[in-house]
Amino acid sequence: MSKIHVTTKVNGDEVEYLCEPRETLLDCLRDHLDLTGAKEGCGTGDCGACSVTMDGRLVCSCLVLGAEAQGKEIATIEGMAEDGALHPLQRKFIEHAALQCGICTPGILVAAKSLLEKNPDPTETEMRYWLAGNLCRCTGYDKIIRAVMDAAAEMREAS
Amino acid sequence: MQYHTPPSFEEASRIAASASGTTRFLAGGTDVLVQLRSDLVTPDDLIDVKHIPGVKEIARQEDGGWRIGVAVAGAEMTEHPDLGRDWPGIVEGMDLIGSTQIQGRATLVGNLCNGSPAADGVPALVAAGASVTVTGPNGARDVAVADIPTGPGKTCLEKGEVISALNIPARGENGGDAYLRFIPRTEMDIAVVGCAVNLRVDGDTITEARVVLGAVAPTIRAVQACADALIGTTLDDAALEALDKAARAACEPIDDKRGTVEFRTDVAGVLARRAAKIAYARAKGEQS
Ligand SMILES: Cc1cc2nc3c(=O)[nH]c(=O)nc-3n(C[C@H](O)[C@H](O)[C@H](O)COP(=O)(O)OP(=O)(O)OC[C@H]3O[C@@H](n4cnc5c(N)ncnc54)[C@H](O)[C@@H]3O)c2cc1C
Ligand code: FES
Ligand code: FES
Repeated sequence: MSKIHVTTKVNGDEVEYLCEPRETLLDCLRDHLDLTGAKEGCGTGDCGACSVTMDGRLVCSCLVLGAEAQGKEIATIEGMAEDGALHPLQRKFIEHAALQCGICTPGILVAAKSLLEKNPDPTETEMRYWLAGNLCRCTGYDKIIRAVMDAAAEMREAS
Repeated sequence: MQYHTPPSFEEASRIAASASGTTRFLAGGTDVLVQLRSDLVTPDDLIDVKHIPGVKEIARQEDGGWRIGVAVAGAEMTEHPDLGRDWPGIVEGMDLIGSTQIQGRATLVGNLCNGSPAADGVPALVAAGASVTVTGPNGARDVAVADIPTGPGKTCLEKGEVISALNIPARGENGGDAYLRFIPRTEMDIAVVGCAVNLRVDGDTITEARVVLGAVAPTIRAVQACADALIGTTLDDAALEALDKAARAACEPIDDKRGTVEFRTDVAGVLARRAAKIAYARAKGEQS
């Protein structure tokens, strides 16, 4: 099977990889680019553990082909902390103990960040609906929601 | 699997027409990739339509109708400033599909061509009288959305045919539409019943109506008896009762873990009533 050569931008850096046509963007991030932050929970779009943004849109990277990333801009959890300083969302997740096993955490952080970029002052209901495609089997969600709302408040004050 | 990125629908059609194995078009991939990953369908040729110019456009036509590109994602429809004002039912049907992540990718045409009787995007399109432009080996033709699905997972599209646009008619004066579905959860589930209503009023009286049920038969179903129950009425209790009865009579649902035959039938009547009330209020300009 002939491989496809893909050039794309991940977290601002130009990268390239060779992929099989059926490999997903998630496979390519993890197996070809060594970016293992995005997780595979289900592989069928249900859990959100693989969330990344592509050209600014939140997507499940398990439902995007690696080949489709050609010429796009991808953002993953690895790009969230800047120069070693944690993003407010990341800090608040630690502060509120909003994770246990941590499998869902990268996806939820990427998803929450994408909402706050669109709407810096979401209601709790808006936040819960936005994150409905991010499943967490450990926390019961409450601490996650509190962490995100708190981070949003801090980010509003800082801006 | 061969991955293609044709620059035109003619080329996409040509690739599909000359393919010998299983062919799929790739729009948002939220059905295609799930089927691929779970080894249900591995296409020999996968034809990505997203490199074709214009597929991401939502354009108002001269007659006031809309032309929606085949790669427009749900989120892009919801964010559009005017589309939802004309056709809130179509936009809310699409918006119900999946999560935020799925909304970033899923398209209406993909929803239609996947052929699920429970597809949430389709009933409101049928109720609106929407059509698709189909490009094939013999040129392009327009087909009513209602005629595309022929059974679960099946469409009337022939080998080599690809949908090149979705056409929604002009809203016109005093019209309103709505779509409701019932699912056991509040998000991320498959419709147990879906119902779209599109109607027009003259004063308080309904002059035109279309009622479409999803997930209660092998295909999405427009129910003329439901429309007849509404036309000429002011949506009084008698009309709602007649609508409810006609909707229940049109059901031939499956029995599964999401809902029994009895439950689905009952819910069809309830949703028809509720969707009709919303569409009526929208037609009269009392609700957005
Ligand atoms: C987690 C999850 C939740 C979901 N929730 C819902 C839900 O609530 N309601 C619902 O209805 N669906 C749901 N779906 C199913 C799916 O998201 C929708 O059916 C979606 O609209 C499919 O669109 P797509 O663009 O992703 O299609 P694709 O997967 O790209 O394509 C689907 C089919 O359409 C064909 N096709 C695509 N474009 C064309 C074209 N231009 N011409 C001819 N054929 C074409 C393809 O060959 C394929 O057979 C869900 C899926 C997931 C993964
Ligand atoms: S791994 Fe992609 S949604 Fe679960
Ligand atoms: S912390 Fe374990 S799944 Fe969320």
